[in-house]
Amino acid sequence: MTAITYSTSDVPSPPLSARLSTPQVWGIVMLAPYLLVFLAFVVYPIGYGLWLARHPASYVALYNDPVFARAVVNTLIFLIIGINLKMLVALFLSGFFVQSRTWIRWLSVLFILPWAVPSIPTILSVRFMFNPEWGVINNLIFKFTGEDGPNWLNDPAMGLTLAILVHIWKSLPFWTLILMTGRLAISTDMFEAADVDGASWWQKFRFITWPSMQTLYLTCTLLSMIWTLGDFNSVYLLTGGGPADLTHVLSTLGIRYLRLDQLDMSMASIVCAMPLVLPLVYFMMKRLSR
Amino acid sequence: MRVPTLREVGTEARLLLIGIPVLIWTLIPIYHMFLFAISPKQDAFAGKLWPDHPTLNNFRIVFNQQHYFLRDFWAQFLNSVVIAVAVGALTLVIATSAAFAISRLRVRGGRTVMNMALFTYFIPAAFLAVPMYRTMGNYGLLNNHWSLILAMVTIASPYAIWVLKQASDKLPLELDEAAIMDGATPLQLFRMVYVPLMLPSLVAIGTYALLLAWNEYLYAFLLLSKDTEITLPVALGNFLAADDSPWELLMTTGFIYALPPAAVYYAFRRYMVGGLTAGAVKS
Repeated sequence: MTAITYSTSDVPSPPLSARLSTPQVWGIVMLAPYLLVFLAFVVYPIGYGLWLARHPASYVALYNDPVFARAVVNTLIFLIIGINLKMLVALFLSGFFVQSRTWIRWLSVLFILPWAVPSIPTILSVRFMFNPEWGVINNLIFKFTGEDGPNWLNDPAMGLTLAILVHIWKSLPFWTLILMTGRLAISTDMFEAADVDGASWWQKFRFITWPSMQTLYLTCTLLSMIWTLGDFNSVYLLTGGGPADLTHVLSTLGIRYLRLDQLDMSMASIVCAMPLVLPLVYFMMKRLSR
Repeated sequence: MRVPTLREVGTEARLLLIGIPVLIWTLIPIYHMFLFAISPKQDAFAGKLWPDHPTLNNFRIVFNQQHYFLRDFWAQFLNSVVIAVAVGALTLVIATSAAFAISRLRVRGGRTVMNMALFTYFIPAAFLAVPMYRTMGNYGLLNNHWSLILAMVTIASPYAIWVLKQASDKLPLELDEAAIMDGATPLQLFRMVYVPLMLPSLVAIGTYALLLAWNEYLYAFLLLSKDTEITLPVALGNFLAADDSPWELLMTTGFIYALPPAAVYYAFRRYMVGGLTAGAVKS
Protein backbone atom coordinates (compact mmCIF):
# COMPACT_ATOMS: atom_id res chain seq x y z
CA MET A 1 0.00 0.00 0.00
CA THR A 2 3.03 2.29 0.07
CA ALA A 3 3.44 2.16 -3.68
CA ILE A 4 2.88 5.86 -4.10
CA THR A 5 4.39 7.10 -0.89
CA TYR A 6 7.99 6.43 -1.83
CA SER A 7 8.90 5.96 1.79
CA THR A 8 12.55 6.52 2.44
CA SER A 9 12.36 6.18 6.20
CA ASP A 10 14.79 3.26 6.18
CA VAL A 11 17.56 5.49 4.85
CA PRO A 12 19.42 7.08 7.79
CA SER A 13 18.49 10.79 7.95
CA PRO A 14 18.84 12.04 4.38
CA PRO A 15 18.61 15.79 3.71
CA LEU A 16 15.11 17.25 3.84
CA SER A 17 14.87 17.75 0.07
CA ALA A 18 15.47 14.05 -0.49
CA ARG A 19 12.95 12.96 2.14
CA LEU A 20 10.16 14.94 0.51
CA SER A 21 9.26 12.77 -2.46
CA THR A 22 7.19 14.20 -5.29
CA PRO A 23 3.86 12.72 -4.06
CA GLN A 24 4.51 14.14 -0.60
CA VAL A 25 5.14 17.60 -2.01
CA TRP A 26 2.01 17.38 -4.11
CA GLY A 27 0.12 16.08 -1.10
CA ILE A 28 1.11 19.12 0.93
CA VAL A 29 0.22 21.44 -1.94
CA MET A 30 -3.20 19.86 -2.34
CA LEU A 31 -3.89 19.90 1.36
CA ALA A 32 -2.85 23.54 1.64
CA PRO A 33 -6.16 25.14 0.57
CA TYR A 34 -8.07 23.36 3.30
CA LEU A 35 -5.35 24.08 5.84
CA LEU A 36 -5.51 27.76 4.96
CA VAL A 37 -9.29 27.79 5.37
CA PHE A 38 -8.94 25.90 8.63
CA LEU A 39 -6.36 28.31 10.04
CA ALA A 40 -8.11 31.47 8.89
CA PHE A 41 -11.71 30.54 9.65
CA VAL A 42 -11.56 27.95 12.41
CA VAL A 43 -8.36 28.33 14.43
CA TYR A 44 -8.23 32.12 14.37
CA PRO A 45 -11.93 32.67 15.24
CA ILE A 46 -11.78 30.15 18.08
CA GLY A 47 -8.61 31.68 19.46
CA TYR A 48 -9.98 35.18 19.10
CA GLY A 49 -13.25 34.14 20.70
CA LEU A 50 -11.49 32.61 23.68
CA TRP A 51 -9.43 35.75 24.03
CA LEU A 52 -12.58 37.89 24.05
CA ALA A 53 -14.05 35.62 26.73
CA ARG A 54 -10.97 35.72 28.95
CA HIS A 55 -12.36 37.91 31.76
CA PRO A 56 -13.81 36.04 34.74
CA ALA A 57 -16.16 39.00 35.18
CA SER A 58 -18.04 37.99 32.03
CA TYR A 59 -18.82 34.62 33.54
CA VAL A 60 -19.96 36.15 36.80
CA ALA A 61 -22.28 38.47 34.88
CA LEU A 62 -23.50 35.52 32.83
CA TYR A 63 -24.11 33.48 35.95
CA ASN A 64 -26.15 36.32 37.42
CA ASP A 65 -28.23 36.77 34.30
CA PRO A 66 -31.53 34.87 34.71
CA VAL A 67 -31.79 34.60 30.93
CA PHE A 68 -28.69 32.41 30.90
CA ALA A 69 -30.00 30.01 33.53
CA ARG A 70 -33.29 29.81 31.69
CA ALA A 71 -31.52 29.11 28.41
CA VAL A 72 -29.59 26.24 29.98
CA VAL A 73 -32.80 24.73 31.33
CA ASN A 74 -34.52 25.19 27.96
CA THR A 75 -31.60 23.56 26.17
CA LEU A 76 -31.75 20.57 28.49
CA ILE A 77 -35.51 20.25 27.96
CA PHE A 78 -34.92 20.49 24.23
CA LEU A 79 -32.29 17.77 24.35
CA ILE A 80 -33.69 15.35 26.86
CA ILE A 81 -37.38 15.49 25.99
CA GLY A 82 -37.22 16.68 22.39
CA ILE A 83 -34.53 14.35 21.10
CA ASN A 84 -35.73 11.25 22.87
CA LEU A 85 -39.26 11.83 21.69
CA LYS A 86 -38.02 12.39 18.17
CA MET A 87 -35.82 9.30 18.11
CA LEU A 88 -38.55 7.09 19.57
CA VAL A 89 -41.02 8.28 16.95
CA ALA A 90 -38.36 7.82 14.25
CA LEU A 91 -37.72 4.27 15.48
CA PHE A 92 -41.43 3.55 15.39
CA LEU A 93 -41.96 5.12 11.97
CA SER A 94 -38.94 3.34 10.51
CA GLY A 95 -40.83 0.14 11.27
CA PHE A 96 -43.87 1.55 9.49
CA PHE A 97 -42.00 2.69 6.39
CA VAL A 98 -40.23 -0.62 5.80
CA GLN A 99 -43.61 -2.27 5.16
CA SER A 100 -43.80 -3.16 1.49
CA ARG A 101 -46.89 -1.37 0.22
CA THR A 102 -47.06 0.88 -2.81
CA TRP A 103 -48.90 3.62 -0.92
CA ILE A 104 -46.34 3.55 1.89
CA ARG A 105 -43.56 4.00 -0.66
CA TRP A 106 -45.35 7.05 -2.02
CA LEU A 107 -45.94 8.34 1.46
CA SER A 108 -42.24 8.01 2.23
CA VAL A 109 -41.45 10.23 -0.77
CA LEU A 110 -43.74 12.93 0.63
CA PHE A 111 -42.50 12.31 4.15
CA ILE A 112 -39.02 13.51 3.14
CA LEU A 113 -40.36 16.97 2.21
CA PRO A 114 -39.65 18.69 5.55
CA TRP A 115 -36.04 17.68 5.27
CA ALA A 116 -35.79 18.64 1.60
CA VAL A 117 -37.18 22.16 1.87
CA PRO A 118 -35.28 24.97 3.62
CA SER A 119 -36.31 25.52 7.21
CA ILE A 120 -36.87 29.30 7.12
CA PRO A 121 -40.12 29.46 5.10
CA THR A 122 -41.69 26.52 6.89
CA ILE A 123 -40.80 27.88 10.32
CA LEU A 124 -42.30 31.22 9.36
CA SER A 125 -45.34 29.37 8.08
CA VAL A 126 -45.78 27.66 11.45
CA ARG A 127 -45.20 30.98 13.19
CA PHE A 128 -48.06 32.52 11.33
CA MET A 129 -50.31 29.51 11.81
CA PHE A 130 -50.06 30.16 15.54
CA ASN A 131 -50.51 33.91 15.33
CA PRO A 132 -53.12 34.61 18.03
CA GLU A 133 -55.17 37.07 15.97
CA TRP A 134 -54.79 36.05 12.35
CA GLY A 135 -53.44 32.52 12.47
CA VAL A 136 -55.46 29.65 11.09
CA ILE A 137 -55.32 27.68 14.35
CA ASN A 138 -57.05 30.32 16.45
CA ASN A 139 -59.43 31.05 13.59
CA LEU A 140 -60.53 27.42 13.65
CA ILE A 141 -60.76 27.38 17.42
CA PHE A 142 -62.99 30.43 17.27
CA LYS A 143 -65.10 28.94 14.52
CA PHE A 144 -65.78 25.73 16.44
CA THR A 145 -65.95 26.87 20.05
CA GLY A 146 -66.73 30.55 19.76
CA GLU A 147 -63.89 31.29 22.16
CA ASP A 148 -60.52 32.90 21.61
CA GLY A 149 -57.64 30.47 21.34
CA PRO A 150 -54.54 30.71 23.50
CA ASN A 151 -51.81 33.25 22.85
CA TRP A 152 -49.51 30.45 21.66
CA LEU A 153 -46.10 31.96 21.05
CA ASN A 154 -46.47 34.54 23.77
CA ASP A 155 -46.49 31.80 26.35
CA PRO A 156 -42.98 30.60 27.21
CA ALA A 157 -43.96 26.96 27.80
CA MET A 158 -46.00 26.74 24.62
CA GLY A 159 -43.40 28.68 22.65
CA LEU A 160 -40.69 26.24 23.63
CA THR A 161 -42.97 23.26 22.99
CA LEU A 162 -43.75 24.55 19.52
CA ALA A 163 -40.06 25.17 18.85
CA ILE A 164 -39.34 21.55 19.81
CA LEU A 165 -42.17 20.35 17.58
CA VAL A 166 -40.88 22.41 14.67
CA HIS A 167 -37.46 20.92 15.21
CA ILE A 168 -38.95 17.42 15.26
CA TRP A 169 -40.98 18.15 12.15
CA LYS A 170 -37.87 19.22 10.30
CA SER A 171 -35.48 16.44 11.29
CA LEU A 172 -37.76 13.45 11.84
CA PRO A 173 -37.58 12.31 8.18
CA PHE A 174 -33.79 12.23 8.23
CA TRP A 175 -33.58 10.03 11.32
CA THR A 176 -36.42 7.81 10.20
CA LEU A 177 -34.55 7.24 6.96
CA ILE A 178 -31.34 6.34 8.78
CA LEU A 179 -33.10 3.97 11.15
CA MET A 180 -34.87 2.42 8.15
CA THR A 181 -31.51 1.49 6.63
CA GLY A 182 -30.69 -0.12 9.97
CA ARG A 183 -33.89 -2.14 9.91
CA LEU A 184 -33.45 -3.18 6.29
CA ALA A 185 -29.99 -4.52 7.11
CA ILE A 186 -31.51 -7.14 9.42
CA SER A 187 -31.81 -10.52 7.74
CA THR A 188 -35.42 -11.52 7.09
CA ASP A 189 -34.59 -15.13 7.95
CA MET A 190 -34.66 -14.24 11.61
CA PHE A 191 -38.15 -12.80 11.36
CA GLU A 192 -39.35 -15.84 9.42
CA ALA A 193 -37.90 -18.13 12.06
CA ALA A 194 -39.57 -16.06 14.75
CA ASP A 195 -42.88 -16.29 12.88
CA VAL A 196 -42.56 -20.07 12.79
CA ASP A 197 -41.97 -20.05 16.53
CA GLY A 198 -45.07 -17.89 16.94
CA ALA A 199 -43.29 -14.86 18.35
CA SER A 200 -45.41 -11.81 19.12
CA TRP A 201 -44.79 -8.38 17.59
CA TRP A 202 -43.14 -7.19 20.78
CA GLN A 203 -40.92 -10.27 21.08
CA LYS A 204 -39.72 -9.81 17.51
CA PHE A 205 -38.82 -6.21 18.26
CA ARG A 206 -37.26 -6.96 21.64
CA PHE A 207 -35.14 -9.92 20.58
CA ILE A 208 -34.37 -9.32 16.89
CA THR A 209 -34.79 -5.68 15.87
CA TRP A 210 -33.55 -3.91 18.96
CA PRO A 211 -30.34 -5.91 19.56
CA SER A 212 -29.16 -5.27 16.01
CA MET A 213 -30.18 -1.63 16.03
CA GLN A 214 -29.22 -0.37 19.46
CA THR A 215 -25.73 0.81 18.46
CA LEU A 216 -27.12 2.70 15.49
CA TYR A 217 -29.89 4.13 17.65
CA LEU A 218 -27.44 5.37 20.27
CA THR A 219 -25.15 6.89 17.65
CA CYS A 220 -28.10 8.64 16.05
CA THR A 221 -29.28 9.99 19.39
CA LEU A 222 -25.85 11.42 20.19
CA LEU A 223 -25.39 12.93 16.76
CA SER A 224 -28.86 14.40 16.91
CA MET A 225 -28.05 15.92 20.29
CA ILE A 226 -24.98 17.67 18.88
CA TRP A 227 -26.90 18.99 15.91
CA THR A 228 -29.84 20.05 18.05
CA LEU A 229 -27.53 22.01 20.34
CA GLY A 230 -26.74 24.08 17.26
CA ASP A 231 -30.33 24.43 16.10
CA PHE A 232 -30.63 28.18 15.95
CA ASN A 233 -33.47 28.55 13.45
CA SER A 234 -36.24 26.61 15.20
CA VAL A 235 -36.13 28.86 18.24
CA TYR A 236 -34.93 32.14 16.84
CA LEU A 237 -37.34 32.37 13.94
CA LEU A 238 -40.33 30.98 15.80
CA THR A 239 -40.22 32.85 19.10
CA GLY A 240 -37.17 35.09 18.70
CA GLY A 241 -36.25 33.97 22.21
CA GLY A 242 -39.32 35.73 23.56
CA PRO A 243 -41.55 36.37 25.36
CA ALA A 244 -39.29 38.25 27.79
CA ASP A 245 -36.26 36.17 26.72
CA LEU A 246 -37.78 33.08 28.31
CA THR A 247 -37.40 30.67 25.38
CA HIS A 248 -33.74 31.16 24.51
CA VAL A 249 -31.49 28.15 24.10
CA LEU A 250 -27.69 28.13 24.19
CA SER A 251 -27.41 28.48 20.43
CA THR A 252 -29.51 31.66 20.31
CA LEU A 253 -28.02 33.21 23.43
CA GLY A 254 -24.76 34.20 21.73
CA ILE A 255 -26.71 36.17 19.14
CA ARG A 256 -28.82 37.81 21.83
CA TYR A 257 -25.78 39.17 23.64
CA LEU A 258 -24.21 40.18 20.34
CA ARG A 259 -27.29 42.24 19.54
CA LEU A 260 -27.10 43.86 22.97
CA ASP A 261 -23.47 44.74 22.19
CA GLN A 262 -22.22 42.54 25.02
CA LEU A 263 -19.59 40.73 23.01
CA ASP A 264 -17.74 39.28 26.01
CA MET A 265 -20.99 37.83 27.37
CA SER A 266 -21.76 36.43 23.97
CA MET A 267 -18.45 34.62 23.80
CA ALA A 268 -18.69 33.54 27.44
CA SER A 269 -22.10 31.98 26.80
CA ILE A 270 -20.60 30.00 23.92
CA VAL A 271 -17.71 28.87 26.11
CA CYS A 272 -20.27 27.80 28.72
CA ALA A 273 -21.99 25.59 26.14
CA MET A 274 -18.78 23.66 25.55
CA PRO A 275 -19.04 21.33 28.57
CA LEU A 276 -22.23 20.10 26.92
CA VAL A 277 -20.86 19.99 23.38
CA LEU A 278 -17.33 18.66 23.76
CA PRO A 279 -18.07 15.33 25.48
CA LEU A 280 -20.62 14.55 22.76
CA VAL A 281 -18.12 15.54 20.06
CA TYR A 282 -15.41 13.44 21.69
CA PHE A 283 -17.71 10.44 21.83
CA MET A 284 -18.77 10.82 18.19
CA MET A 285 -15.18 11.22 17.01
CA LYS A 286 -14.16 8.06 18.80
CA ARG A 287 -17.03 6.25 17.11
CA LEU A 288 -16.22 7.50 13.65
CA SER A 289 -12.46 7.12 13.68
CA ARG A 290 -12.63 3.49 14.71
CA MET B 1 -60.67 -11.57 -6.88
CA ARG B 2 -59.70 -12.87 -3.49
CA VAL B 3 -61.60 -11.52 -0.52
CA PRO B 4 -59.08 -10.28 2.08
CA THR B 5 -59.30 -11.97 5.43
CA LEU B 6 -60.36 -10.07 8.50
CA ARG B 7 -56.78 -10.19 9.76
CA GLU B 8 -55.43 -8.57 6.60
CA VAL B 9 -58.04 -5.84 6.77
CA GLY B 10 -57.05 -5.24 10.38
CA THR B 11 -53.36 -4.87 9.50
CA GLU B 12 -54.17 -2.53 6.65
CA ALA B 13 -56.40 -0.42 8.88
CA ARG B 14 -53.70 -0.15 11.50
CA LEU B 15 -51.16 0.94 8.87
CA LEU B 16 -53.60 3.57 7.61
CA LEU B 17 -54.11 4.73 11.17
CA ILE B 18 -50.39 5.54 11.27
CA GLY B 19 -50.06 6.71 7.68
CA ILE B 20 -52.81 9.31 7.64
CA PRO B 21 -51.62 11.27 10.70
CA VAL B 22 -48.06 11.11 9.33
CA LEU B 23 -49.24 12.55 6.03
CA ILE B 24 -51.18 15.36 7.71
CA TRP B 25 -48.33 16.19 10.10
CA THR B 26 -45.85 16.33 7.23
CA LEU B 27 -47.91 18.45 4.89
CA ILE B 28 -49.54 21.01 7.18
CA PRO B 29 -46.79 23.67 7.34
CA ILE B 30 -46.04 23.28 3.64
CA TYR B 31 -49.70 23.33 2.67
CA HIS B 32 -50.23 26.40 4.83
CA MET B 33 -47.42 28.15 2.98
CA PHE B 34 -48.81 27.09 -0.38
CA LEU B 35 -52.31 28.19 0.65
CA PHE B 36 -51.08 31.67 1.47
CA ALA B 37 -49.18 31.86 -1.77
CA ILE B 38 -52.32 31.28 -3.85
CA SER B 39 -54.77 33.26 -1.70
CA PRO B 40 -55.73 36.89 -1.99
CA LYS B 41 -54.96 38.74 1.22
CA GLN B 42 -58.49 38.72 2.71
CA ASP B 43 -58.98 34.96 2.11
CA ALA B 44 -55.65 34.09 3.65
CA PHE B 45 -56.31 36.06 6.78
CA ALA B 46 -59.82 34.69 7.25
CA GLY B 47 -58.44 31.27 8.17
CA LYS B 48 -59.95 29.49 5.18
CA LEU B 49 -58.65 26.02 4.31
CA TRP B 50 -59.03 26.70 0.59
CA PRO B 51 -59.37 30.20 -0.92
CA ASP B 52 -62.63 31.17 -2.61
CA HIS B 53 -60.69 32.59 -5.52
CA PRO B 54 -57.27 30.99 -5.90
CA THR B 55 -54.93 33.36 -7.68
CA LEU B 56 -51.38 33.65 -8.90
CA ASN B 57 -51.44 37.36 -8.22
CA ASN B 58 -49.01 37.05 -5.31
CA PHE B 59 -46.42 35.51 -7.59
CA ARG B 60 -46.90 38.37 -10.03
CA ILE B 61 -46.31 40.91 -7.25
CA VAL B 62 -43.16 39.09 -6.12
CA PHE B 63 -41.74 38.68 -9.61
CA ASN B 64 -42.42 42.33 -10.43
CA GLN B 65 -41.06 43.45 -7.05
CA GLN B 66 -44.21 45.47 -6.41
CA HIS B 67 -43.90 45.77 -2.66
CA TYR B 68 -41.65 47.59 -0.23
CA PHE B 69 -40.32 44.33 1.21
CA LEU B 70 -39.72 42.89 -2.24
CA ARG B 71 -38.05 45.73 -4.08
CA ASP B 72 -34.76 43.80 -4.28
CA PHE B 73 -36.21 40.34 -4.80
CA TRP B 74 -34.31 39.51 -7.99
CA ALA B 75 -31.04 40.88 -6.66
CA GLN B 76 -31.47 38.75 -3.54
CA PHE B 77 -32.40 35.70 -5.58
CA LEU B 78 -29.28 36.19 -7.67
CA ASN B 79 -27.17 36.61 -4.51
CA SER B 80 -28.48 33.30 -3.21
CA VAL B 81 -27.70 31.58 -6.51
CA VAL B 82 -24.21 33.05 -6.87
CA ILE B 83 -23.26 32.29 -3.28
CA ALA B 84 -24.63 28.74 -3.38
CA VAL B 85 -22.87 27.94 -6.65
CA ALA B 86 -19.61 29.49 -5.44
CA VAL B 87 -19.76 27.53 -2.18
CA GLY B 88 -20.51 24.31 -4.06
CA ALA B 89 -17.64 24.80 -6.50
CA LEU B 90 -15.09 26.01 -3.95
CA THR B 91 -15.94 23.25 -1.49
CA LEU B 92 -15.54 20.69 -4.24
CA VAL B 93 -12.10 21.98 -5.23
CA ILE B 94 -10.82 22.22 -1.66
CA ALA B 95 -12.34 18.99 -0.38
CA THR B 96 -11.48 16.86 -3.41
CA SER B 97 -7.84 17.86 -3.42
CA ALA B 98 -7.62 17.42 0.36
CA ALA B 99 -9.24 13.98 0.19
CA PHE B 100 -6.89 13.02 -2.65
CA ALA B 101 -3.86 14.14 -0.66
CA ILE B 102 -4.98 12.27 2.46
CA SER B 103 -6.32 9.11 0.90
CA ARG B 104 -4.26 8.56 -2.26
CA LEU B 105 -0.99 10.43 -1.71
CA ARG B 106 -1.04 9.54 1.99
CA VAL B 107 0.51 12.84 2.86
CA ARG B 108 2.16 12.91 6.28
CA GLY B 109 -0.14 14.39 8.89
CA GLY B 110 -3.16 13.66 6.74
CA ARG B 111 -4.85 11.74 9.50
CA THR B 112 -4.41 14.64 11.91
CA VAL B 113 -5.95 17.03 9.39
CA MET B 114 -8.83 14.59 8.92
CA ASN B 115 -9.44 14.50 12.65
CA MET B 116 -9.29 18.27 12.95
CA ALA B 117 -11.79 18.55 10.12
CA LEU B 118 -14.10 16.01 11.76
CA PHE B 119 -13.88 17.95 15.01
CA THR B 120 -14.96 21.09 13.18
CA TYR B 121 -17.81 19.17 11.60
CA PHE B 122 -19.19 18.13 14.96
CA ILE B 123 -18.97 21.54 16.62
CA PRO B 124 -22.39 23.03 15.82
CA ALA B 125 -22.00 25.91 13.39
CA ALA B 126 -24.22 28.14 15.53
CA PHE B 127 -21.52 28.29 18.20
CA LEU B 128 -18.92 29.39 15.68
CA ALA B 129 -21.16 32.13 14.28
CA VAL B 130 -20.26 34.98 16.61
CA PRO B 131 -16.48 34.40 16.48
CA MET B 132 -16.77 34.04 12.72
CA TYR B 133 -18.68 37.30 12.52
CA ARG B 134 -15.96 39.12 14.46
CA THR B 135 -13.25 37.44 12.42
CA MET B 136 -14.81 38.55 9.17
CA GLY B 137 -14.96 42.04 10.63
CA ASN B 138 -11.25 41.89 11.41
CA TYR B 139 -10.53 40.69 7.88
CA GLY B 140 -12.62 43.56 6.51
CA LEU B 141 -14.96 41.19 4.70
CA LEU B 142 -18.27 42.06 6.35
CA ASN B 143 -21.08 42.90 3.92
CA ASN B 144 -19.05 41.25 1.19
CA HIS B 145 -20.29 38.07 -0.46
CA TRP B 146 -16.88 36.52 0.07
CA SER B 147 -17.43 36.49 3.82
CA LEU B 148 -20.48 34.25 3.48
CA ILE B 149 -18.89 32.12 0.77
CA LEU B 150 -15.76 31.51 2.84
CA ALA B 151 -17.74 30.87 6.00
CA MET B 152 -19.95 28.33 4.26
CA VAL B 153 -16.95 26.65 2.63
CA THR B 154 -15.45 26.34 6.11
CA ILE B 155 -18.61 24.70 7.37
CA ALA B 156 -19.15 22.44 4.36
CA SER B 157 -15.57 21.25 3.80
CA PRO B 158 -15.02 18.97 6.81
CA TYR B 159 -17.93 16.70 6.01
CA ALA B 160 -17.10 16.86 2.30
CA ILE B 161 -13.51 15.79 2.94
CA TRP B 162 -14.65 13.01 5.21
CA VAL B 163 -17.17 11.57 2.77
CA LEU B 164 -14.78 11.88 -0.17
CA LYS B 165 -11.98 10.25 1.80
CA GLN B 166 -14.25 7.33 2.69
CA ALA B 167 -15.23 6.97 -0.96
CA SER B 168 -11.70 7.23 -2.30
CA ASP B 169 -10.36 4.69 0.20
CA LYS B 170 -12.55 2.20 -1.64
CA LEU B 171 -10.89 2.80 -5.02
CA PRO B 172 -8.35 0.05 -5.77
CA LEU B 173 -4.74 1.15 -5.32
CA GLU B 174 -3.73 -0.82 -8.43
CA LEU B 175 -5.21 1.99 -10.51
CA ASP B 176 -2.77 4.48 -9.05
CA GLU B 177 0.09 2.05 -9.38
CA ALA B 178 -0.68 1.41 -13.03
CA ALA B 179 -0.86 5.13 -13.74
CA ILE B 180 2.41 5.77 -11.95
CA MET B 181 4.07 2.95 -13.91
CA ASP B 182 2.97 4.76 -17.04
CA GLY B 183 4.76 7.80 -15.73
CA ALA B 184 1.80 9.82 -14.49
CA THR B 185 2.57 12.66 -12.10
CA PRO B 186 0.34 13.04 -9.03
CA LEU B 187 -1.48 15.87 -10.74
CA GLN B 188 -2.21 13.75 -13.82
CA LEU B 189 -3.28 10.92 -11.54
CA PHE B 190 -5.69 13.32 -9.89
CA ARG B 191 -7.10 14.69 -13.12
CA MET B 192 -7.28 11.61 -15.29
CA VAL B 193 -7.89 8.77 -12.84
CA TYR B 194 -9.18 10.08 -9.54
CA VAL B 195 -11.73 12.73 -10.51
CA PRO B 196 -13.47 10.64 -13.22
CA LEU B 197 -13.81 7.68 -10.86
CA MET B 198 -15.10 9.83 -8.00
CA LEU B 199 -17.69 11.63 -10.10
CA PRO B 200 -20.81 10.24 -8.34
CA SER B 201 -19.48 11.23 -4.92
CA LEU B 202 -18.43 14.60 -6.27
CA VAL B 203 -21.94 15.26 -7.53
CA ALA B 204 -23.35 14.35 -4.12
CA ILE B 205 -20.88 16.54 -2.24
CA GLY B 206 -21.28 19.47 -4.61
CA THR B 207 -25.04 19.27 -4.15
CA TYR B 208 -24.63 19.00 -0.39
CA ALA B 209 -22.51 22.16 -0.20
CA LEU B 210 -24.77 24.01 -2.61
CA LEU B 211 -27.90 23.23 -0.60
CA LEU B 212 -26.15 24.01 2.69
CA ALA B 213 -25.29 27.49 1.41
CA TRP B 214 -28.71 28.09 -0.15
CA ASN B 215 -30.46 27.14 3.09
CA GLU B 216 -28.19 29.02 5.48
CA TYR B 217 -29.84 31.71 7.53
CA LEU B 218 -27.75 32.49 10.62
CA TYR B 219 -24.42 33.21 8.92
CA ALA B 220 -26.06 35.06 6.07
CA PHE B 221 -27.93 37.33 8.44
CA LEU B 222 -24.83 38.04 10.53
CA LEU B 223 -22.39 38.58 7.69
CA LEU B 224 -24.51 40.48 5.15
CA SER B 225 -26.79 43.39 5.87
CA LYS B 226 -27.34 45.66 2.85
CA ASP B 227 -30.72 45.04 1.22
CA THR B 228 -29.19 44.51 -2.21
CA GLU B 229 -26.46 42.22 -0.84
CA ILE B 230 -28.43 39.83 1.39
CA THR B 231 -29.65 36.39 0.38
CA LEU B 232 -33.29 35.30 0.19
CA PRO B 233 -33.60 33.67 3.64
CA VAL B 234 -32.36 36.88 5.28
CA ALA B 235 -34.88 38.84 3.25
CA LEU B 236 -37.58 36.45 4.49
CA GLY B 237 -36.46 36.99 8.07
CA ASN B 238 -36.60 40.75 7.53
CA PHE B 239 -40.34 40.50 6.87
CA LEU B 240 -40.71 39.90 10.60
CA ALA B 241 -39.42 43.38 11.36
CA ALA B 242 -42.82 44.96 10.73
CA ASP B 243 -46.06 44.17 12.52
CA ASP B 244 -48.19 44.55 9.42
CA SER B 245 -46.03 42.28 7.29
CA PRO B 246 -47.64 41.13 4.05
CA TRP B 247 -47.72 37.47 5.09
CA GLU B 248 -49.19 36.25 1.84
CA LEU B 249 -46.20 37.75 -0.01
CA LEU B 250 -43.78 36.38 2.56
CA MET B 251 -45.22 32.90 2.03
CA THR B 252 -45.11 33.31 -1.74
CA THR B 253 -41.45 34.34 -1.60
CA GLY B 254 -40.76 31.49 0.80
CA PHE B 255 -42.46 29.07 -1.55
CA ILE B 256 -40.37 30.26 -4.50
CA TYR B 257 -37.26 30.04 -2.34
CA ALA B 258 -38.09 26.50 -1.21
CA LEU B 259 -38.74 25.12 -4.69
CA PRO B 260 -35.18 24.91 -6.12
CA PRO B 261 -33.65 22.96 -3.21
CA ALA B 262 -36.66 20.63 -3.07
CA ALA B 263 -36.33 20.01 -6.81
CA VAL B 264 -32.59 19.42 -6.54
CA TYR B 265 -33.13 17.15 -3.59
CA TYR B 266 -35.67 14.98 -5.38
CA ALA B 267 -33.58 14.91 -8.56
CA PHE B 268 -30.53 13.69 -6.65
CA ARG B 269 -32.42 11.68 -4.06
CA ARG B 270 -30.64 8.46 -4.93
CA TYR B 271 -27.23 10.02 -4.37
CA MET B 272 -28.27 11.99 -1.33
CA VAL B 273 -29.85 9.14 0.54
CA GLY B 274 -27.23 6.56 -0.40
CA GLY B 275 -24.10 8.68 -0.29
CA LEU B 276 -24.81 11.16 2.45
CA THR B 277 -26.86 9.38 5.04
CA ALA B 278 -24.68 6.29 5.02
CA GLY B 279 -21.71 8.53 5.65
CA ALA B 280 -23.45 10.52 8.33
CA VAL B 281 -23.89 7.60 10.68
CA LYS B 282 -21.34 4.88 10.37
CA SER B 283 -22.26 2.35 12.97
